[in-house]
Amino acid sequence: MRGALAILAKDLRIEWRTRESLASVFVLGVLLLVVLTVAHDPTPEAAPALVPAVLWVSFVFTGLAGVQRGFLLERENDCLAGLLSAPVDPADIYAGKLAANVVLLAVTQAVVVPLAGLFLHADLWPVLSGLLVVLLLGNVGFAALATLFTAVAARTRARETLLPLLLLPLALPLLIGAVQATAAVLAGGLAGAREAVAVLAAFDVIFAVAGWLLFAYVVRD
Amino acid sequence: MRRLLPPLVCASMLAALWLVFMAVPTEREMGIVQRIFYFHVASAWVAFLGFFLVAGASAVYLRNGARTADRLAEAAAEVGVLFCTLVLVTGPIWARPVWGVWWTWDPRLTMTVILWAIYASYLMLRAFGGEEEAVRRYAAVLGIIGVLDIPIIMVSVRLLRGIHPAVITRNEGGSGLVDPWMRAGLAVSALALVLLAGWLITLRMRAARLGEEVTALRRETLARGGEAA
Repeated sequence: MRGALAILAKDLRIEWRTRESLASVFVLGVLLLVVLTVAHDPTPEAAPALVPAVLWVSFVFTGLAGVQRGFLLERENDCLAGLLSAPVDPADIYAGKLAANVVLLAVTQAVVVPLAGLFLHADLWPVLSGLLVVLLLGNVGFAALATLFTAVAARTRARETLLPLLLLPLALPLLIGAVQATAAVLAGGLAGAREAVAVLAAFDVIFAVAGWLLFAYVVRD
Repeated sequence: MRRLLPPLVCASMLAALWLVFMAVPTEREMGIVQRIFYFHVASAWVAFLGFFLVAGASAVYLRNGARTADRLAEAAAEVGVLFCTLVLVTGPIWARPVWGVWWTWDPRLTMTVILWAIYASYLMLRAFGGEEEAVRRYAAVLGIIGVLDIPIIMVSVRLLRGIHPAVITRNEGGSGLVDPWMRAGLAVSALALVLLAGWLITLRMRAARLGEEVTALRRETLARGGEAA
């Protein structure tokens, strides 16, 4: 547990000092929202209905770019070897990296969500509490898989190309659940999204536990 | 066993073809095109079987590092993707005349295409990999994660029904198989395809083992050449 916290603090400190992921996440998030909105060219009345899809597609692709750096950094100067030789359980490394990714993805969402509301004329304030639940569940599920597979992709030859190939199909049920839950929340609050929220919660639990158990096999040398 | 498989595959395949094209009556509503069903559904079963085999073999490989388990996982993934592709090809051929569209985002279709993508990415990981031993472990992790995803995919695609109007959602299992010949046709096609998949998997595993032996021999020869020089 202390190991996980130390890794979380280290990753956040690195990120805060360079702000490279944050900067790219911010610009990419804005860009994707613009691209997706312009491509749809919705009428002002039809625009709010696009929020769930535009929001989550932007999140997934921005998030992919954001988490990618996390493990590439560990590759430089053999940082990972140092991390593994430290008296820290691989499961704790996973937990720390997962927490750092959740923070990074939350920042991504903090950029993407208000802008999606702004661009697509949707008033998100009244449904904010329900929306936050869905955002958090979607965030944790995506981070759980991303943390495991960035570690895999960073150590193969193909690296940047491989991560989206591995992550996107596995994350599709999460994307479906998140879009449906967001649509239901926007239409009337969390009560209507029960089934979709259950899918998200199940996804989070299954893959956080699976990642936690399997991470040792990925980083072992 | 290995000697026995090829003749068994041939015999069961001929029997399946005879049943599907000669013995089974033509379905009343869908007509002749419905005969593709016997291979379509049987392929889907074999694909699923292959994917679960990947997960099982992957778990064994992570536990004890047995090379045979790793070869089995790889072969089963390839054969699973092959049969999943057959499902995705035969499906639209059947769907077009019956539903009027090549594709619809019906839960089952969506699930099949997601599974296909997951195991195609598994094969990519193995192909693009890099250093050997590590890639085998990564692939095993992905093989396990992929099967864990299946129940969530099954539930999540049901949510899609809400927005996507399914053209017709016909329950294949319940609607078509009134005739005993039809049930026999499906059973024998399934048997034929399972045997075929088994044969392909054993061939593929053997090829992988020989490939590994060749690599080892080459490495040894190069090392000896180095000593001589």
